[in-house]
Amino acid sequence: MPDRELLIRRGKPIQGVIRELWEFRELFLLLAWRDVLVRYKQTILGISWSVLRPVLTMAIFVVIFGKIAKLPDGGVPYPILVFAAMLPWQFFSNTVSESSNTLISNAAMVSKIYFPRIILPTTSMVVSLVDFLIAFVLLLMLMAWYGFYPTWKFALLPLLLILAAVTSMGIGFLISALNVKYRDFRHIVPFIVQLGLYVSPVGFSSAVIPEQWRLLYSINPMVGVIDGFRWAILGGDTSIYWPGFALSVGLGLTLFAIGVRYFLNTERSFADVI
Amino acid sequence: MSTAIQIEGLGKRYLIRHQKQDRYLSLRDEIMRTMHRAVDKLVHREEERQRPSGIEEFWALKDINLTIEQGERVGIIGRNGAGKSTLLKVLSRITEPTEGQVRIRGRVASLLEVGTGFHPELTGRENIFLNGAILGMKREEIRRRFDAIVDLAEVEKFLDTPVKRFSSGMYVRLAFAIAANLDSEILILDEVLAVGDQHFQNKCQGKMDEVGKKGRTIIFVSHNMGLIQKMTDRSILLVNGELTESGNTADVVAAYFSDRKSSSQSGDIKTRSDRLFINNITFCHDKLAAGFNRPLHFSFGISCKTVVDQVTVVLGIWNTLGSRLVTTRCTVMLPQGEANILDIALNNHHLPPGNYSLSVDIAIAAETIFSSEHLLFFDLSDLYVTERDLIPFLKHHRDKLGAFVPADITINAAVP
Repeated sequence: MPDRELLIRRGKPIQGVIRELWEFRELFLLLAWRDVLVRYKQTILGISWSVLRPVLTMAIFVVIFGKIAKLPDGGVPYPILVFAAMLPWQFFSNTVSESSNTLISNAAMVSKIYFPRIILPTTSMVVSLVDFLIAFVLLLMLMAWYGFYPTWKFALLPLLLILAAVTSMGIGFLISALNVKYRDFRHIVPFIVQLGLYVSPVGFSSAVIPEQWRLLYSINPMVGVIDGFRWAILGGDTSIYWPGFALSVGLGLTLFAIGVRYFLNTERSFADVI
Repeated sequence: MSTAIQIEGLGKRYLIRHQKQDRYLSLRDEIMRTMHRAVDKLVHREEERQRPSGIEEFWALKDINLTIEQGERVGIIGRNGAGKSTLLKVLSRITEPTEGQVRIRGRVASLLEVGTGFHPELTGRENIFLNGAILGMKREEIRRRFDAIVDLAEVEKFLDTPVKRFSSGMYVRLAFAIAANLDSEILILDEVLAVGDQHFQNKCQGKMDEVGKKGRTIIFVSHNMGLIQKMTDRSILLVNGELTESGNTADVVAAYFSDRKSSSQSGDIKTRSDRLFINNITFCHDKLAAGFNRPLHFSFGISCKTVVDQVTVVLGIWNTLGSRLVTTRCTVMLPQGEANILDIALNNHHLPPGNYSLSVDIAIAAETIFSSEHLLFFDLSDLYVTERDLIPFLKHHRDKLGAFVPADITINAAVP
């Protein structure tokens, strides 16, 4: 019996959301596939940009922080120190900046077709994930080059990746939904991302931060993620500041909950406002 | 037969902001407004509880009740802004109703716009899969119907070309072909069949007939009255968001055209020019003399910021079957001023009695600044009433006479 009765009225039961996401999983995959495919169409270098971008950024950081500012490296090759942090940071910044615009750039779809709107910003995360994986292979090559071998902590990376995804999606959901109504966020996001790069421990280790400020510093949820990545990748005697990590994780999860809630609550008016 | 769609007391309200050209709401505005409101509350206490000034309620749909049986093909007609598209959007779950509810049994596929979700950079083949998924098809289903889609769209040669290089006809054909192959129980279409050339339109209609015979329910919006009458058995008429007429399509179409109020248009006639604005367009009933083939007068209220030279106005007159019967064109120079009246008279049009609609295209030099079909409607069915030589025969067949052509008569009397 294919007939399922559908009731359309004001307000939507939130429990239907998960089931609906499952129903639309193929659309989700296809949209992600589309975004990956489209990304480097009509470019000469194509997919190499995914490799080039992190390498260039890393080179800049190594020169500025490692050579000019001479920040301490704790006995780890500086490129690896930077790259270990670049991975989650790039993933985060790509996800946030792509997903915040995704509803606007797909406005035609939003106003003409029904589907769970949360698919769109989530798709951006998948695209960033592809870049992340490419960059990750680069990291492995870099480690092999320096003869730097991972420890058991390396196996915890998937968990940390999930944490990075949750944090960035929370912000992505929130901003993409806000962006529908207030286009200001289109201008705010590049600023957040740029500022975030400097206040997050990407170009330097967070051990640089004086002890009494570290908990405060961890209010930035990416601090926990990045520290976690460094800890897992560099292994050895790299220490992690657990209270700060816990705070970052907590804040990341809270952001996710707020983002999802706000998104689902405003979702139904997107077609009218966009 | 069971009910496919049941609409009960459906209403949709929009809040319109009347403000100087604020297209997007910026955060600053919202903050300022919230602060104003807070201050207002402190100062005025209970006095003002209304909506903040500049916001007006607008009911795009109001108290719609409708039951559609399974397998029915229903047309929705109405003027621009009558709420047709809003109704379809509510039925497709794109926007939420403000009140009332809809019960739908069966899978719904809706096509509100041709080619939504097409990505210009992707190839035809890739877009078929993407668009199919957007319309709710499973990948397996698309694969099964792939050949049928390509066949209907006639794009097999270009399957691996990015659709941005497609001609607009190919683009639209492909988009429609995907939608036509949807296997849903309920199909919602918004003015999408009126695309492509005649050959393709015939194909589409054949496809739709086939679809209809399979017992699928179709809801169909169109301004093309001919198509509506061909495609649907039953129709509803929406006027300003309210359902005013429901029943046999032919009757509803007649009711739509006979609505005399629609012979004038003013308000939201927007031109794409910053020099020339249209205040109103009117069919002048009072200037219509009784009798066949009398001049039709159309009056345009136009304001010009400067003198505008080479204004070309093209008028088209359409019948209820959706055929364009008459076209006229004039090029004028309009003086600067707020209240120019341009009066265009159509002589010798030979239009038979009936209901007609007017389409208007306006261009300055070679640039089209305004284009609208079915802008206003007028009724010429009473032409013969006072015709001097109206004999009983004509009275009975008044609406079946076609163009009334005067005859030149010569009598060669054979005088003995």
